[in-house]
Amino acid sequence: MIAPQPIALTVNGDRVRRFVEPRLSLADFLRQDLGLTAVHLGCEVGACGACIINLDGQPVHACLMLAVQADGMRVDTLEGLSDTGAVAALQAAFHARNALQCGFCTPGILVVALDFLKGCRPGGAAPPREAIRDALSGNYCRCTGYEAIVDAIEGVAKAACATEEAA
Amino acid sequence: MSAATDSPGRTRYIGRGLPRPGAKRLLAGRGRYTDDVALPRMLHAAFLRSPYAHARLGPIETAEAAAMPGVHAVLTGADFARICAPWTGTLSHFKGMRSAPQMPLPTDKAVWAGQPVVMVVAESRAEAEDALEVVGIDFEELEPVVGLDAARAPNAPRIDADAPDNVLFRTRIEAGDTARAFEGARSVEIDLRFGRHTAVTMEPRSLVADYDPAEERLTVHQSTQTPYQFQDIYARHFGLSESRVRVIAPDVGGSFGMKLHLYHEDMAVVGASLLLRRPVKFTADRMEAFASDIHARDHRVRARLAFEGDGRMRAIEVDDVTGVGPFSAYPRTSAVEGNQVVRLIGAPYRLGDYRADLTVVAQNKVQMSQYRAVGHPIACAVTERLVDLAARELGLDPFEIRRRNFVTDDMYPHRTPTGYTFEKLSLATCLDRLHALMDYPALRAEQAALREKGIHRGIGIATYVEITNPTPAFYGVGGAHISAQDGCVLKLTPAGDVACAISITEQGQGSEAIVGQIVAEGVGLDRDRVRVLTGDTETTPSGGATWACRGAGIGGETAFQAARRLRARILEIAAAILQAEAGSLDIRDGAVTDADGSSRMTLTEVANLAYYRSDLLPPDVSPALTVAHHFAPRGYPFAFTNGIHGSLVEVDTETGLVRILKHWVVEDCGRVINPLLVDEQIRGGVVQGLGAAFFEECRYGETGQLLNGSMTDYLVPMACEMPDIVIRHVETPTKDTELGAKGCGEAGTAASSGAALNAVNDALLPFGAGVSQLPMTPERILRALGVV
Repeated sequence: MIAPQPIALTVNGDRVRRFVEPRLSLADFLRQDLGLTAVHLGCEVGACGACIINLDGQPVHACLMLAVQADGMRVDTLEGLSDTGAVAALQAAFHARNALQCGFCTPGILVVALDFLKGCRPGGAAPPREAIRDALSGNYCRCTGYEAIVDAIEGVAKAACATEEAA
Repeated sequence: MSAATDSPGRTRYIGRGLPRPGAKRLLAGRGRYTDDVALPRMLHAAFLRSPYAHARLGPIETAEAAAMPGVHAVLTGADFARICAPWTGTLSHFKGMRSAPQMPLPTDKAVWAGQPVVMVVAESRAEAEDALEVVGIDFEELEPVVGLDAARAPNAPRIDADAPDNVLFRTRIEAGDTARAFEGARSVEIDLRFGRHTAVTMEPRSLVADYDPAEERLTVHQSTQTPYQFQDIYARHFGLSESRVRVIAPDVGGSFGMKLHLYHEDMAVVGASLLLRRPVKFTADRMEAFASDIHARDHRVRARLAFEGDGRMRAIEVDDVTGVGPFSAYPRTSAVEGNQVVRLIGAPYRLGDYRADLTVVAQNKVQMSQYRAVGHPIACAVTERLVDLAARELGLDPFEIRRRNFVTDDMYPHRTPTGYTFEKLSLATCLDRLHALMDYPALRAEQAALREKGIHRGIGIATYVEITNPTPAFYGVGGAHISAQDGCVLKLTPAGDVACAISITEQGQGSEAIVGQIVAEGVGLDRDRVRVLTGDTETTPSGGATWACRGAGIGGETAFQAARRLRARILEIAAAILQAEAGSLDIRDGAVTDADGSSRMTLTEVANLAYYRSDLLPPDVSPALTVAHHFAPRGYPFAFTNGIHGSLVEVDTETGLVRILKHWVVEDCGRVINPLLVDEQIRGGVVQGLGAAFFEECRYGETGQLLNGSMTDYLVPMACEMPDIVIRHVETPTKDTELGAKGCGEAGTAASSGAALNAVNDALLPFGAGVSQLPMTPERILRALGVV
């Protein structure tokens, strides 16, 4: 074991300083050290997508990174994205459409969906369902059969393409 | 967009496609799953697992591991043998069944690759895993029993040395005289193989056991469907008082039947907490999940069907061999799936003669037991493949041969040759609805046109009959402490809201949501004022929990009857205050009203009065506003549902890849309580069935090693591979309950693989090729086509 290293990063808008073992994954750090349990571990090999968070604004697998690698970076988890309202439209659409069952995959899917919606501009063409299904190809859901998730994202995407304020 | 529509028979709340109140919390990342539970002084467990499928254990050196930083204990089989009574996965109604006794960790030999052998408990999971690396253990490798045929070979090594062979259970069902029925009849036969697959819940198994020696009280936080069952097991096997064992199932990240079996790690974690007197947590990582979660299926079914020249079915003969791992799972056994296979084959059809043999064999693989749709997909695929082959022999359309053979509406209640009794099904109605929904003639025309262009589409249909709402006939009669009844406690709170504690559990399917709707309907108040609590043996009444499609049908009925009782209590109190007859009053929208709907007093006023001014009540009127009610189905042993799936696929005959273009389901689960939730249950079930049809298989090597035990190797269906799924409902309520609901959780999985099997074979028809093994991988399709 190598001695803990100091790291400083911004998590959900807050400055965080900790000492961590170099072998500690970013996902374990967020879950165990910071109590951010919206980060879920489903496979720990970057296949299932349940641990996906935003790192400097880009979706990444928190299970595939070490905490020390996130030193100096900005992390946003579903907790933070909920607090700022960034995922409010998606959350409302997922709720109305029942686009989740057990909810374990949901945080990762919401982060990926939020990133996908960046491509939607007012007045732009709404993405086809195939594009949404393709965007979700790194997120396993075992409960829903995916269709409701695609429906929910499609609804938000259409609204985002239709108007200035819906996004 | 495919949003559900409300049921035609909807009331204020029943039949409405309302979103789940509990989902908002999960959407905000505020779910609390078992691995999120962190207790003071909690330790973490990790397991050394057998690298061999079958091996004798040599001496185990633990001293170096025990001296590692953070390590509190290194435990082996002998440590648990002193505190835990062994368990045996048999039920007395499976006559002649046997299975070796099991213990948390083995003392003499390992019987599958991945079996936990040594446990390390440490300050952190990482430190526990560090210590595993220095545990010294010698395995003496023994010859493994891997294949189904090898397990039954006369000179096969025995997994259980005390048993005469590797057969755990054998049964024969015989009705009529099949030999005579086959004489002079036309017949078709099949030899179908169903690969092993597994649940792959997104949340792996997890538990935290917390033994408090001061109160001699054990609390277990566990990701499970069945907290009452585990309360009973932990109490009995560790010699604890059941009243001092509490099992809490927090948010559960998927279960599908997988999390209701007892696992060796569960018992080791509970035992470690008892020994160390501290909380101990274990969460399976994904590799461990593949190597220790129950697997499902693993059947080889040979069957033949005798039929007349006009397509009428005469008889079916079946031989099902299933491999279930080294022993039978506990407490539900590993014989239930095979038993349901041989009892459900042929179920939708008028069939005079039937004979089936079931052989359940042990093998050195992960244990096999109940997973979503237990037995149904196999029975369905076998039956529907036979029916399609008979249709092909006669040049009949698949819809037509089914129409000619279904159990007809004038036959109910109908008793099958295998002993099931159907109260009422809607087979022909569903068939006709599917025909219209698919626009079947147009699909066939399109198929023919595309054939000309070298595009090979296939259309398949598959009918299912599903077992739901089980009585004790399932497990209780066999001696298992598994309840078939449910309990519900309803309380009108002082503020006039309703608190509901119920014994069914929630894994995301919406149990709490439908119970809230049912209680709101039954009492007469807004659903937002009903709070539903589940999943805690200490705060909810004991009952069956959620499995085998019983939540809505039995738990829902319990809630409805309890709500009616609370309503009567409220009206009795209100009538006394209002000096009216209780029978002349109603409760609507949270207020006691006259028959014409005019409000007399709110529920808040009734509750305030009963709780704070009971002095105003007449002496013979109780102020109690809490009711406890239990309900057990007493009519038919099971409420059978039915439905039919349609599948449209396109087979690339050069690569063997299949595109699933569309899937349709017409289903009848009785009274639909929430169509939004039913639709998503069915879609999720369809996708799990399509996974089994095309992707999912636990593949083993010759030495019994699992070859693809990771999420990068085991293929779970993804969004981009799955089609849109069209669902329609037919509602035939059971008359056994007031609510009339039956189960819907298995309906999607039960027939989607059978429909897909028929669809792929339909696509391959012009090539004279056929596939008879699931999953239908590109390689198997190319082999069928003779390409490889």
